[in-house]
Amino acid sequence: MIKEEKHTEKEEKAKDKKAIIEIKDLHKTFGKNNKVLQGVNLTVNKGEDLVILGRSGSGKSVTIKCIVGLIEPDKGEIKVFGDNVLNLKKSELNEIRVRIGFLFQSGALYDSMSVRENLAFTLKKHKRELTPEEVESEVVEALDSVGLSDAIDKMPSELSGGMQKRIGLARTLILKPEIILYDEPTTGLDTITSREISELILDIKHKQKTTSIIITHDMACAKLTADRIMVLKDGVIHAEGTYEELEKSEDEWVRSFFE
Amino acid sequence: MIFSLSHQLKTTILILTLKNTFEEVGNATLFAKQFFKEVFIPPYEAKQFLKQCYIIGYKSLPLVAITGFIMGLVLTMQSRPTLVKFGAESWLPGMVALSLIREIAPVITALICAGKISSGIGAELGSMKVTEQIDAMEVSAINPYNYLVVTRILACTLMVPILVFFADAIGIMGGFVGVNIHGDVNFYRYLTQIIQSLEFLDLIPATIKTFFFGFFIGMIGCYKGFNATNGTESVGKAANSAVVTASLTIFIIDMVAVQITDLFF
Repeated sequence: MIKEEKHTEKEEKAKDKKAIIEIKDLHKTFGKNNKVLQGVNLTVNKGEDLVILGRSGSGKSVTIKCIVGLIEPDKGEIKVFGDNVLNLKKSELNEIRVRIGFLFQSGALYDSMSVRENLAFTLKKHKRELTPEEVESEVVEALDSVGLSDAIDKMPSELSGGMQKRIGLARTLILKPEIILYDEPTTGLDTITSREISELILDIKHKQKTTSIIITHDMACAKLTADRIMVLKDGVIHAEGTYEELEKSEDEWVRSFFE
Repeated sequence: MIFSLSHQLKTTILILTLKNTFEEVGNATLFAKQFFKEVFIPPYEAKQFLKQCYIIGYKSLPLVAITGFIMGLVLTMQSRPTLVKFGAESWLPGMVALSLIREIAPVITALICAGKISSGIGAELGSMKVTEQIDAMEVSAINPYNYLVVTRILACTLMVPILVFFADAIGIMGGFVGVNIHGDVNFYRYLTQIIQSLEFLDLIPATIKTFFFGFFIGMIGCYKGFNATNGTESVGKAANSAVVTASLTIFIIDMVAVQITDLFF
């Protein structure tokens, strides 16, 4: 009996370790000679928070934009939930996109809509069966989760940078995604707001059991959120490990991120 | 030697300009082709379409009204001395109405719409593009082309002809004021003279071409906005380029429409 229980536990763990995003040999060149990605390989397991580090222009954002089909790579394979997104039809890709949340660097809120409309817009498009009351309740719940329910009637132009990112995150969360891709979530924010956003990312991971890829230059954010870190250099993954492992890396270039 | 280099440089610039123009035309054609593909595919964004009709049509009414009135008034006052010289003053209402309906009102209204609507769409979509709002729609599995482009092009195609009808009517009113500055003609007589000089066929080619004007005003604005890149500078460029291209396209369509009208009407 005990043996059986142990066996089931093992199976559960193995299931939890299941790769949810797999990228193989990803290449992308802009223009004639600007080779940004030159064979990126990475795997993200279910429930894991992967942080990608690298210098500006090293292709971090391009990598996550390839995952959601915003940028088409020249070569390679991207499997999300087991499907190669590069071979999918638009409708099939959209089915996957609904399960992925994407937080843009700028927040990318629709500036002609209020906060309420920003959140309700996505929800109404995908859950047409919801009544206006249900939509309102989901909007309030999503805003509560980022601690900004007071901003419901504000326009994006009335919000600070940190608030815009939180609302962007609420808009991402409203569809209850299984994967969230964060594109520099703390860039341009002060230390306190950056920490708040990082804690929010951690909170979302624990409460909603999401899998995440976080692109960041903010080492405090990386330290707080990362289960694993990958460092991108010259279009390939140059180093990989936990925060502590990479902090003590023998590679000076890798260590320079942590100094 | 210097002459040869300068000649080579000119040839290279010409080739590059031609290449860019053909590329631009090709890309715009593909963009328009996507419209005809997407327009029949649900979901139909009726609410957004009505909102765009309100912005493009209703909000342009004051500008079109003022322009239409001035067109009618000025045309009447400029034409009157010549017609008086030839003793044909009674033709004035008919001539003004015919010029307005067949040519001046459609073209001037379309040019005003190119300035107001096409640049507005170019700037709005351009700004959405550079601030990643269009990408945000795309990753949320919402078709931005359907939501932003199809609705705007449809609204323009429908609203520009309505604005032209409105400009025709206001222009005729302006003509009435112009006629009465130097004479005394009552409105009923003025209108009767217009109706007698107009044929139903005068309206058809003028109306058909306004749908094309509307379509291209919307299409060019959306195309320029949707293809804005490289930050806020490109938003201004998109708006500016939308006006210039739409205005030029209006004249080209008008020229083609006149040739076709000449053949069939």
